[in-house]
Amino acid sequence: MKQRAGQLNLAALRQLALLAAYAFGGLALVVWLLGLAASRTGGAVAGGAIDAQNNAITIALRTEPPQLDYGRATDSSSIVVLSHTIEGLLSYDDNMALIPGVAERYELREDGATFWLREDARWSNGEPVTAHDFVFAWRRVQDPATASAYAFIMYPVKNAEAINRGELPIESLGVRALGERVLEVEFERPTPYFDKLVAFVTFYPINEEFFASTNGRFGASANMLLYNGPYVMNEWVHSASMRWDRNPGYWGEHKGWLDTIHVGYITQDVNARLNLFKDGQIADTQLVPQMLGEAMERRWQIDRSMDGTVFFLQLNFREGRITTNRNFRKALLLAQDPVEFVYKALKEPSYLPAVSLFPFWVRGVDGYFRQEHPPPPHEYNVAKARQHLELARRELGLEEFPPLHFLADDSPIGAITSEYYQAVYARNLGLELRIDKQIFKQRLAKMDAGEFDIVASGWGPDYDDALTFGDLFSSWNLNNRGRYASAEMDAFIRVAQSELDPARRMKAFADIQQLVHDDVVIVPMYERGWSFVVDPQLKGFQRRAVGPEVDYSYAWIEERGGE
Amino acid sequence: MGQGMAWYVLKRLLQGVLTVWFIATATFFAMHNVPGDPLLNDRAMTPAIRANLEARYGLDQPLFNQYLIYLGNLARGDFGVSFTQENREVNDIIREHFPVSATLGILAVLFAAVGGVLWGALTALYRNRLPDYVIMFLVILGISVPSFVIAALSQLGLVAVNNLAGRSVLPVAGWGTVFHMLTPALVLGMSTMAYLTRLMRSSMLEIIDSDFVRTARSKGVPPALIFSRHQLRNAILPVVTVLGPQIAAITTGGFVVELVFAIPGLGRFFVEAVQQLDYTVIMGTTVFYGAFLVFMVIVVDLLYGFIDPRVRLQ
Amino acid sequence: MMHKAADFLPLGEQRDIHGISRPSLSYWQDAWLRLKANRRALVSLWLVIGLLLFTIAGPWLWRIDPAAQDVDQISLSPGFGRDALIVADYQPWDGSGAAGPLHVIGEANSQAVRLKWDALPGANGHRVYRNVFPVGPELAYGMPLAEFYNNATLHHEDRLDLRPGRYFYSVVALDGNGKVTDNYQSLEVDVRRVTTLADAMQRGLISEQSELAIGDSVKLRWHPLGTDYLGRDMLARLMAGARVSLFIGIVAPMLFVLFGVAFGATAGFLGGKADQFMMRFADFVVALPFLLFMILFKIAFGIGPGESGVMPMLVALVLLMWPATARLVRGQILQLREQGYVQASQLLGARKSYLVARHMLPNTFGVVLVTLTFEIPKAIFTEAFLSFIGMGVAPPTPSWGSMSNEGIATMLTTPHELIFPALFISVTVLAFNLLGDGLRDALDARMRNTG
Repeated sequence: MKQRAGQLNLAALRQLALLAAYAFGGLALVVWLLGLAASRTGGAVAGGAIDAQNNAITIALRTEPPQLDYGRATDSSSIVVLSHTIEGLLSYDDNMALIPGVAERYELREDGATFWLREDARWSNGEPVTAHDFVFAWRRVQDPATASAYAFIMYPVKNAEAINRGELPIESLGVRALGERVLEVEFERPTPYFDKLVAFVTFYPINEEFFASTNGRFGASANMLLYNGPYVMNEWVHSASMRWDRNPGYWGEHKGWLDTIHVGYITQDVNARLNLFKDGQIADTQLVPQMLGEAMERRWQIDRSMDGTVFFLQLNFREGRITTNRNFRKALLLAQDPVEFVYKALKEPSYLPAVSLFPFWVRGVDGYFRQEHPPPPHEYNVAKARQHLELARRELGLEEFPPLHFLADDSPIGAITSEYYQAVYARNLGLELRIDKQIFKQRLAKMDAGEFDIVASGWGPDYDDALTFGDLFSSWNLNNRGRYASAEMDAFIRVAQSELDPARRMKAFADIQQLVHDDVVIVPMYERGWSFVVDPQLKGFQRRAVGPEVDYSYAWIEERGGE
Repeated sequence: MGQGMAWYVLKRLLQGVLTVWFIATATFFAMHNVPGDPLLNDRAMTPAIRANLEARYGLDQPLFNQYLIYLGNLARGDFGVSFTQENREVNDIIREHFPVSATLGILAVLFAAVGGVLWGALTALYRNRLPDYVIMFLVILGISVPSFVIAALSQLGLVAVNNLAGRSVLPVAGWGTVFHMLTPALVLGMSTMAYLTRLMRSSMLEIIDSDFVRTARSKGVPPALIFSRHQLRNAILPVVTVLGPQIAAITTGGFVVELVFAIPGLGRFFVEAVQQLDYTVIMGTTVFYGAFLVFMVIVVDLLYGFIDPRVRLQ
Repeated sequence: MMHKAADFLPLGEQRDIHGISRPSLSYWQDAWLRLKANRRALVSLWLVIGLLLFTIAGPWLWRIDPAAQDVDQISLSPGFGRDALIVADYQPWDGSGAAGPLHVIGEANSQAVRLKWDALPGANGHRVYRNVFPVGPELAYGMPLAEFYNNATLHHEDRLDLRPGRYFYSVVALDGNGKVTDNYQSLEVDVRRVTTLADAMQRGLISEQSELAIGDSVKLRWHPLGTDYLGRDMLARLMAGARVSLFIGIVAPMLFVLFGVAFGATAGFLGGKADQFMMRFADFVVALPFLLFMILFKIAFGIGPGESGVMPMLVALVLLMWPATARLVRGQILQLREQGYVQASQLLGARKSYLVARHMLPNTFGVVLVTLTFEIPKAIFTEAFLSFIGMGVAPPTPSWGSMSNEGIATMLTTPHELIFPALFISVTVLAFNLLGDGLRDALDARMRNTG
């Protein structure tokens, strides 16, 4: 019997193997057919991270750019794509200095500005970029029908805000074309930093005729845009890949040295991007702290840069909140140590423990603002914090402090932040923090409605001027989500907005910095940075604090072995 | 018979439409019940900008009107425009990304079916011997280890293999060629394969010693013929029966694999849309998937009627 | 012919007439015997009991607060016997100390490493790096810690996650544009683990009256399974996580199975139009794409401050998963209605409610129990999946799913943070699956009396 079973087994096995062979043959055929289909749903990339022969590189983006209609774009991914393919009046060089873009030169006055456009700036359809393109684009941004979320950044231009509210016709916007090549801007109020604003995507030009031809689908696909930057986007498979080719019609020699940049992958997963880099498929990748050990083991040359954003605990100043008590806020500030948070809990070598609302890279009159006006150093003093807490308790007439509502986002860092601060305040002050973790939009809704005592939030720059941080806590700024309001702060901010003398203007920022500290408007946590690694053959790649997060405009490939 | 058949199909389709309506309604009200606001952004908006945006998306209407408008659009097959990818129609998003998920899903099911039948038959033949133990151990892993752990580990494994080989044997992530699909499909099909293996094994074991096999054997039918004609064919039947629901589940359940392997499928889109509270994409995706599931079930039911005469249509 | 009573002799007790068969067993006794004979099912039953003990009794035996953070022992792998030297409290440093090429000021310990150096020739600033390997020919300096864009600052205090062991520090000269050059200086530093009296007291390592002074050494807390990214004890967190994962995994299926039974029994018993309508509704719910609606419901219910989010997940699970049981029970009831004993009971005038409660429901119990066992792994996986995409329980509540999700990030450097929670999920899922198999075999009527 046993033997028979064995015999059957053998025959059956042979039969099974035969069937398996058929099945695998069939599978291979199906796989091949599916592969044909798949190549139409996501551009395949050949050549790897660095393709020196074709002077091309492959990179990964974190997210699909949601909005390439630059009048309405708000997110960093879109800004990365746009800043490689379209150019505004001015742009930044590889050392963050303002350089000419479409405008050859400009003049900034108290009541306005004039830009003289270059002759050889061309759209990718061969037409020249003219002053009308700017007038059309800017009017469109303020047009209520456009519903641009970033319309406010243009409010320094005369009548902009009233137009956006629908109170004035769009033709009344304070911008005029004097002929083809002169652009005249009128200000609502003195705006000494206007030149830095126009490098932002909202101020980019649009060719009116082309815009009309897109039929409301402007920016929806690669051929629904005209380009005047160093690269032209020739291919865009949504959420999968893109191809940027060097723009032959670009006027300058200083940018756009690569022939092709493939965006081969779009993924938020840092691990996937690291694996792609290790596999030689992408030219650079971000390194989160857990990856640094492996990066050292692989003898990579690790680099770092600042991201530009400052993170802090924003406190709620709406009536009835405990956080309106200054001694209570003082206690919150003194009882925690950002150094421990950054270096022990987050373990991030690229982050800087924050001491001020202004990050260290913000420029002052000549050098760095914080070197000219050093912020008060942070004091970690639990005993003193407890004294302030006791004072607050008496001032508020409380027996015991109620639990605090701590609002946090749903990112991994948001979780660490809330868990860490919950433990710190429980240990050092005996306070109970109730963590309220919400997805992005729900957190924003709660911030706007003031449903929090403390919210972990960040603020990133829109333009390279201290004001992008400085006016955050004015009583009229809607981003001031804790609704801090003080006459003193408003006065300083008015000076910072309109003062034309740089030294006095910077003094106003120093006053703001001091007041934010003294009044404990926020509890600073960290300035975010990036650790990253770049393929050794790729030179000139940059991560920026202001403008596009990653910048390949000045990148080139160094031949292996050659100098 | 023919008329009864047509009537039956029509009835099923009508029920299907009703089900889709139920899904659409449930989605609509569940979503509008979500606290938060899709229009909010990092940068706060002036009331003017906000009003402009609300008008653009029709959010200034009362909820019930929005529902009616939504149902009207749905009837015309129009899911509207995405809130976050403001220049893309939800229809385009589905058209571009669903084929990716479907391709991956089909391949995963194929892997699972072929693998399941093969391994199942093998374990049954080698019952209680080494190959049985090894395969069943792997099956147990496939059933009990969470898919995201398997996905992350297999990606790491790919990197290791590529580094060892000194060249890219299989891509670690991304989409676009046959080679991009193999690993993700295998990972996606893993738990189904494990499930089918177990099913195949037990149904094969039941049949190996059944009366008709014994009869065939005693009649002197060659063992190979017994295996392919009698055992395999009959053992496969239960596997085929569960395949239908599995296809639907896999095609719509690829979130994890799509996230880990950076595949531009619809599942990944849905997760991102939920985080962004992108009303139109959430509704479009859910209703589309719901309709797809309903349709699949109807098709599978009808097919069974043809394949297996014992299954009588109502 | 007449018979007298004496003609009839009593036969006596007739015990052994039925002796040819084995003792009569009830359905459940029989099933239990069958289950006991199934070794795999028995082992998994013990596993399940063990897991429940781990969850319920564990925290009484291992009395460590799962939320207690220890920033001195972050992401430690399992092990014991760790000592720390007691040093003075940390004092800020202004960069004072002797000049010279790259050197350490004071003692290098896990509190801080203070570096000072003379400007490198031709440097327009410096960047400080730390590595665990010497700088090789690749000029891999390690991870950048800080940079200074002029020569005014020539010192740096490193406090980044210092662990006992050897580090290689380098300062590299920057050129006029702030770019890194090949001009560098390197230093090997041995770091030892230290703590302060205040920290040791606060973490309960020494008592207030302790005689220990600076310079003595103290034994750090033992973490048998290591610690996580905030220095919390893994074992305690796994126990706390078990409460969440098993709670969702067991209670949710119980609730929806219960609801399904009630729904299915009602439908099956009412029959006719009501049955049609109820089952149609169940079909609707089945048609909802499960994971999509799970996510949608999870955020639609919303969770407030301080809430863990377990309840919304539970409710969402119950709302979406009941129809399968309902269909099953309804099918059983329809079958049972035709059974002879039910009809007999009906003829005897039993009321409907009595029929359902006495005859039908108890007879579906076996099937329901098997379903329940198989639904538990599904619920546990769902929780883990939601945690993976960031929609799981809110911090600081741990669950096995959220712990493995956090562990994936550090998979390569500290694998224990992934392995333990993933192992617990796998073992639990496996145990319930095998137990379910065993129960199904044991309760399967077809197999009765054939074994």
